[in-house]
Amino acid sequence: MTHWMVAPIILPALVAPFIVLAARYHIGIQRVLSVAGVLVLIAVALGLALQAADGTITLYQLGDWAAPFGIVLVGDRLSTMMVLLTAVLALFVLLYAIGSGWDDRGRHFHALFQFQLMGIMGAFLTGDLFNLFVFFEVLLIASYGLMIHAGGNARLRAGVQYVLFNLIGSTLFLFALGSIYAETGTLNMADLANRVALVSPEATVGIRVAAVLLLLVFAIKAALVPLHFWLPSSYAEAPAPVAALFAIMTKVGAYAIIRVYTMIFPPDLAVTSGLHDVWLLPAALVSLAIGMAGVFAAKKLDRLVAFSVIGSVGMVMISISLFTPTSIAAALYYIVHSTLAGATLFLISDLVRTSRANVDLTPQPVISGNALTAGLFFIAAIAMAGLPPLSGFLGKLLVLDAAYESDLMVWIWVIVLGSSLISILGFARAGSILFWKAHSVQAEEGAAPMPRPATLSYVAVGGLISLLVAHTIFAGQVHGYTTKMATQLFAPEPYIAAVVDTPGKLSKPKEGY
Amino acid sequence: MEFLVASAIGILTSGGIYLMLRLRTFPVILGISLLTYAVNVFLFASGRLTTGAPPILRDGIETYADPLPQALVLTAIVISFGMTAVVVMIGLGAFLGSDDDHVDDQPEAETNTAAVKDAPEARS
Repeated sequence: MTHWMVAPIILPALVAPFIVLAARYHIGIQRVLSVAGVLVLIAVALGLALQAADGTITLYQLGDWAAPFGIVLVGDRLSTMMVLLTAVLALFVLLYAIGSGWDDRGRHFHALFQFQLMGIMGAFLTGDLFNLFVFFEVLLIASYGLMIHAGGNARLRAGVQYVLFNLIGSTLFLFALGSIYAETGTLNMADLANRVALVSPEATVGIRVAAVLLLLVFAIKAALVPLHFWLPSSYAEAPAPVAALFAIMTKVGAYAIIRVYTMIFPPDLAVTSGLHDVWLLPAALVSLAIGMAGVFAAKKLDRLVAFSVIGSVGMVMISISLFTPTSIAAALYYIVHSTLAGATLFLISDLVRTSRANVDLTPQPVISGNALTAGLFFIAAIAMAGLPPLSGFLGKLLVLDAAYESDLMVWIWVIVLGSSLISILGFARAGSILFWKAHSVQAEEGAAPMPRPATLSYVAVGGLISLLVAHTIFAGQVHGYTTKMATQLFAPEPYIAAVVDTPGKLSKPKEGY
Repeated sequence: MEFLVASAIGILTSGGIYLMLRLRTFPVILGISLLTYAVNVFLFASGRLTTGAPPILRDGIETYADPLPQALVLTAIVISFGMTAVVVMIGLGAFLGSDDDHVDDQPEAETNTAAVKDAPEARS
């Protein structure tokens, strides 16, 4: 057993306190340590992803205790890909934070950033539901700090809403875990999968309540309508690099839904029948419609981006709620795309804010670096709205294709295509007001010239966009890989066997116990 | 005892939800505290109710208490306690900054906060 599996969690957990203790007053050293930590993280994540690429399931037993008594980390295709995506996103977000100077506007940005990474990585790798709760809390605690980084009243008020909403979500999570434990006596995911299948058809009340509560919790994390109310103001008020990192957080909820509802409560399980097609799918359709309507109606660029994130979550959830191997493969392709596109748009809205003082969608004098920022916005908006030739279009096509055999195919096609049109209009309106109408507004006499965004900021945004382009060019390979991932998810027996049957301490009871 | 524990959880939960719906920082924080107490008792009960039973294997004893929910509750208590402290600090900061303890967005406050937000970033 190698110890690389635990490195994505341990490494940020070591870098963060080191930054606080040893480099508290030296922003330069903090930056170097933080970037170095993320680079190593990418290398480790790449190694883990390559290891899992052939379908190997790597099990790591913490303290060598056998499941279900000990906590296990499990690396399969899906979790290692999400870890890699997080690490790569973190690098560009960190470069932007350094380039724009956001990390120097308050204290402990880099330490909190590393703790946040630790929580996200742990949530993706863990094979235990209570451990998932703990890692959710780790990433939330760090995100509270990052959310109100640099202070300001509006940000603090949005922070209060964000923290309170997530506290309620955590409490619900605990209720769900309590009822699962009361029904099955275990919280290990693989062990749960075995035991839920054994629940007798007469006594399913408790396990049904638990399944619905768990879905609610993950829907809060994923910001699915009507549980999305925390997202718009907190993402809009959070510092831009933080909001860009938060783009992966809604995907943590999506990941948890995929993981739990393919393994523990698979779609053909009688106990939870109706949960996906009767409840999740309509909520996802409404999310997509409301999100894209919000894009059209937003009066500020940052709110517009936040609503486009809600819309893209709706898109992911539509695909997930169909629960066929093709639809999960499409959802995974779209998850990668929407994470990158959402993060890029948050960073671009900050590029605009840097040289404009606000991001209201009203005609104001030309910002510095207008042409370049406008070009980047144009590409990112095309990606987010799902126009050809970028990956948003391909992702949407895959989702539509996966929905072809569904009973609600007409609804899905109408809402997906209609909301695409609305979001195109919304992005076009925002772009033309911000970048074109600006030419008709005269700058005030004697107004101080606004600062220009740093080159490193542009490099970070350009890097994310080039990843989007690569995601489009290698779409065939990526989609092939996500198809393999979905196949692995729908045949969880090797995963369960790897977790339950691997020997460790306590696995073989001796005589006399 | 089942009735006592179940009604305690129910009363704590309903009180917590009522206070959360008041939408002012202080009642909401109190409500969330009540709710976390309710969930702690609920987690305890998920390991079945026993009195005076040891959680660790010993000779000559037939009934045991389930030790795992106790560990889970300990984790949950620590996390909720820390979270309450964090939200009190952030809520206090927001109240002192904007002289308003509403949790939801106020229509007239929207313009005020927008104006404040455009000001240069204050150092926290």
